[in-house]
Amino acid sequence: MWEYTAKVKDHFLNPRNVGVIDNPDGVGEVGSLACGDALKLYFKLDDNGKITDAKFQTFGCASAIASSSALTEMIKGLTLDEVAKITNEDIASYLGELPKEKMHCSVMGRDALEKAIAYYRGEKEKKIEGEIVCECFGVTDIEIRRAVTENNLSTIEDVTDYVKAGGGCGKCHEKIQEIIDSVHSKDKPAKKKIIKLTNIQKIKLIEETLEREIKPALKKDGGNIELIDVDGNRILVKMRGTCATCSKSQITLKHYVESKLRELVAPELVVEEVQQ
Amino acid sequence: MKPVYVDNNATTRVAPEVLEEMLPYFTELYGNPSSMHSFGGNVARKIKEARERVAAMIGATPGEILFTSCGTESDSTAIRAALISNPDKKHIITSRVEHPAIKNLFENLAKNGYRATFVPVDSKGMLDLDYLYGHLDDDTAIVSIMWANNESGVIFPVEEIAQAVNAKGIVFHTDAVQAAGKVPVDMRKVKADMLSLSGHKIHAPKGIGALYIRKGTKFSPFLIGGHQESGRRGGTENVASIIGLGKASEMALSHLDEMGTRIKNLRDKLEDVLTKTVPNTMVNGEKDQRLPNTSSIGFEFVEGEAILLMMDEFGICASSGSACTSGSLEPSHVLRAMGVPFTAAHGSIRFSLSTYNTEEEIDFIIEKVPPIIKRLRELSPFWKNNSCK
Repeated sequence: MWEYTAKVKDHFLNPRNVGVIDNPDGVGEVGSLACGDALKLYFKLDDNGKITDAKFQTFGCASAIASSSALTEMIKGLTLDEVAKITNEDIASYLGELPKEKMHCSVMGRDALEKAIAYYRGEKEKKIEGEIVCECFGVTDIEIRRAVTENNLSTIEDVTDYVKAGGGCGKCHEKIQEIIDSVHSKDKPAKKKIIKLTNIQKIKLIEETLEREIKPALKKDGGNIELIDVDGNRILVKMRGTCATCSKSQITLKHYVESKLRELVAPELVVEEVQQ
Repeated sequence: MKPVYVDNNATTRVAPEVLEEMLPYFTELYGNPSSMHSFGGNVARKIKEARERVAAMIGATPGEILFTSCGTESDSTAIRAALISNPDKKHIITSRVEHPAIKNLFENLAKNGYRATFVPVDSKGMLDLDYLYGHLDDDTAIVSIMWANNESGVIFPVEEIAQAVNAKGIVFHTDAVQAAGKVPVDMRKVKADMLSLSGHKIHAPKGIGALYIRKGTKFSPFLIGGHQESGRRGGTENVASIIGLGKASEMALSHLDEMGTRIKNLRDKLEDVLTKTVPNTMVNGEKDQRLPNTSSIGFEFVEGEAILLMMDEFGICASSGSACTSGSLEPSHVLRAMGVPFTAAHGSIRFSLSTYNTEEEIDFIIEKVPPIIKRLRELSPFWKNNSCK
């Protein structure tokens, strides 16, 4: 069972400001049934540009409902400029604290708020910026980068707790790690050491990487790969199993096999499939 | 507040009769069953009785019962023993809806050189038997299919599966942690080679389980050590708990009729009334092929953790297949394998009864749950658009 603070429980059992505002000045909707939580936030402004009323509807767990309720209380009486400064951390601290695994509920509040402000300001629905990294939950690299930067996250698990990315099938874990690494390496740029490998060392390392990293991953989908030859920086392989007939095998070859080998062996490698 | 406990597939209370039989073995009767003196020998005799009682519950002989620390240990022991006995075979088969004790073990083995096949289920949670039989091959070392599912309560046709798997000379194991003691389990009819069961699901304490190993099945121990359990599991016996499991097995056997009648009726009442009084609800799993104590109900457009916490305010203890309760983000693998729509998967609640439940408790739940669902739906942005079915 989760350790919820008394304030979370109170806002869950006695949520404030539930409902809909007709003709709202701002409205923002995030999440979906498939994701397991969703929030629709409404606000109304007075003549001085202050929020006079805020209401919400939430589908989700106790902390999602509590975060939404807290948010509506927090923004009442504030101007939009003030409101725009509210972070997900602010929502969490208003409630005392949220379990680490539930931080995404506070992020959902912040996201709905941003959307509602954009709605008021007549900013067009922003197109999804960036590239979708986590397909299960539709999270982009920009969102992940932001969560990592703002909350100083250091592990994939942290990222999942905050923005859900990586909480589904797990295929995007590698990409998330790259984003985390790139955010943190900005702080102190360090050049990767380049070690010159002998040909024997290189071939050995390629073989090891194939065995340890690549084959197990392909085998999960019933595929396999065979090393045919290494010619300088050209790695000649043959796809086996389901990979041999898979229409996406070229993508797997370039995006997965090649990038993995470049990462773990040498950056100048090129993987090619030999034809029969 | 007295809890209304309907989460018996998670764990059960220790029966007072069970505790009573256990207590002397914590205090005055503390001998080691392996000792040569009669002080220890008396303990060994009581363990023998426990073994007979467990065997009787499942139609086995005492020599086929191995005591373990839990269902998970029984599962791991069984699978590893089968793999060690068949070192050249690298294919393993299980279902997509197993308990993590099997599911995660198989996923782990799949990363370590084994080829794992996960047999799908249909929307009613019933196993695709053709798929299973179609995947048996010469390389298959073991098939492990649970007797009954812990979430939906759906019972699999293990008797038929055991026969088909056996005919190919392949080892068959079944995780009967949820079935043993709730429905008749008779190893004279079901030709499984190994079967796992657990004490704390049938009113024995936590920390005790058993593995049935059919006479003649090749076996190798998981815990290597002393000669305890006829050399099949090293480590001094968990004496009091073994005795507890023995008593609990005897009681479960004598309560089987009650389980299939009074408890089943209470479960049916709970289910019927809730699905009738609360709109947009559905029962997960094939209704006629289920454990008599289990009901998984999907309440559309609300989220399970919120339902559980509101029920908790009334002392009602159940569990949920929702993502939020487990810390993962996706609803249970069982509900997903059954293709339960997201609208209901996140709001699925499992009620699981025991012979301790009363009609008053069921009436209490029937009274308290509908307003909770109504209240949460009023909060939900999805409700109004979908309520006019």
